[in-house]
Amino acid sequence: MDYLTVDHVTKYFPLLNGSGSGNGKTFCVLKNVSLRVTKGEFITTIGHSGCGKSTLLNIIAGFDKGSEGGIVLEGKEVNQPGLDRMVVFQSFALMPWLTAFNNIRLAVKAAYSSWDETKVREHTQKYIDLMGLNGAEGKRPAFLSGGMRQRVGLARAFAVEPKVLLLDEPFAQIDALTRGVIQEELIRMWSATQSTVFMVTHDVDEAILLSDRIALMTNSPEAKISECLNVNIPRPRSRATIIDLPEYTRLRNHILHFLMTQGSEGKSET
Amino acid sequence: MAFEKKGTNDHGIAHLVRYTVTRFGAGFISASLVAMLVGVLIGLSPLLYRSLNPFIQVLKPISPLAWMPLMLYSVQDPTWTAILVVFMASLWPTIANTAFGVSTIRKDYLQVASLLQLSWWRRLLTVILPAAAPAIVAGLRISFGSALVAVVPAEMLLGELGVGYLTWIEWNNLDISGVMFAILVVGVVGVILDFGFNRLARLVSYAE
Repeated sequence: MDYLTVDHVTKYFPLLNGSGSGNGKTFCVLKNVSLRVTKGEFITTIGHSGCGKSTLLNIIAGFDKGSEGGIVLEGKEVNQPGLDRMVVFQSFALMPWLTAFNNIRLAVKAAYSSWDETKVREHTQKYIDLMGLNGAEGKRPAFLSGGMRQRVGLARAFAVEPKVLLLDEPFAQIDALTRGVIQEELIRMWSATQSTVFMVTHDVDEAILLSDRIALMTNSPEAKISECLNVNIPRPRSRATIIDLPEYTRLRNHILHFLMTQGSEGKSET
Repeated sequence: MAFEKKGTNDHGIAHLVRYTVTRFGAGFISASLVAMLVGVLIGLSPLLYRSLNPFIQVLKPISPLAWMPLMLYSVQDPTWTAILVVFMASLWPTIANTAFGVSTIRKDYLQVASLLQLSWWRRLLTVILPAAAPAIVAGLRISFGSALVAVVPAEMLLGELGVGYLTWIEWNNLDISGVMFAILVVGVVGVILDFGFNRLARLVSYAE
């Protein structure tokens, strides 16, 4: 049964003229995008920058509303942001005035408002330990590296125990070496918590390493999901061994080919 | 000039400083609370901002002392008038800075707040105010300076006891060294109060 359904979502944005006011014309970013996600699945949408994949994630998160169509989670329509769909941001979005610990605690307190302080702290500490943040919990984000910041972001999202985790290019601002380590931590957390994950990225290797399924998105205007690829590579996968598999090469070439044909005909407008 | 009160012509510096600081504190703190509230509201609502901004723009450049006759007429009391002059002097920079700080909060902080489904109050206390705090404190500091500038002539004109009064009474006494001393006292009071602000600013500042 479908857990999360993106049901024929279409999104228009008003076109702005030079002075910043609308002139009545609209720009169609997404056109009839549909996606069915089963419980516990890790699904990735891949596409060029500005193709509308982040817009799709924002609509699922409830930050934005589709002009047509809607999002159904566990049989209920969702159109507001909520604790059942936590987002991990490309920009980390950690409160800079709070320590790593308090950033996570803020989310835990919000998610479990009936808990007393001891329980909130215990739960927070559990996710600090799980994400390997020991020693960093007392520091503010400005004093942490990009990788550590995103660990805090992931810990905050997982600590809420959401139904769906939405990852918006979560590793784009992290250096390549650290990225690999955190990707493996993410997979470990994902399998431990049996979460459902919707990720948006433009990194092909990342998509294949992490996903059960990869949705290829065409460029806007009128972006749509042109096909969904199953990643038939057994888990646990490791970055070191996965690259030698013929299935990996096949998928990678397929996706790159798709992105390149998109790149030549589409125009980037970010 | 004695430290403690010594007759009607010498009220003692300690008491004069206390009068000024009390009057200043009452006007400044009440104005700051009002200004932060208004600033947060107009910072959060572009509609409110656009509707109130013309009034703020007209009222802002008015010297706080220009309000004095009107206030004296309204409240009929020099002590309250002096407090209101300080109030008017402290209002505008804090409103402007708070509104700016609140309206420029990074969007992803607010998105996190909405994901966590924080109530309006919790959102205000845990996200909006801390995020805007450096801008708010910068505004308070400017307000503070202009209030300090306003309180001295207000005391002179109203004949209210305080350090502003001290400069004038020493002029009436034709005691120039006393006048210079009084000016110095105003400066020292300003420095001490500003020191407190530095500490506050450090407390709420954060690195992105």
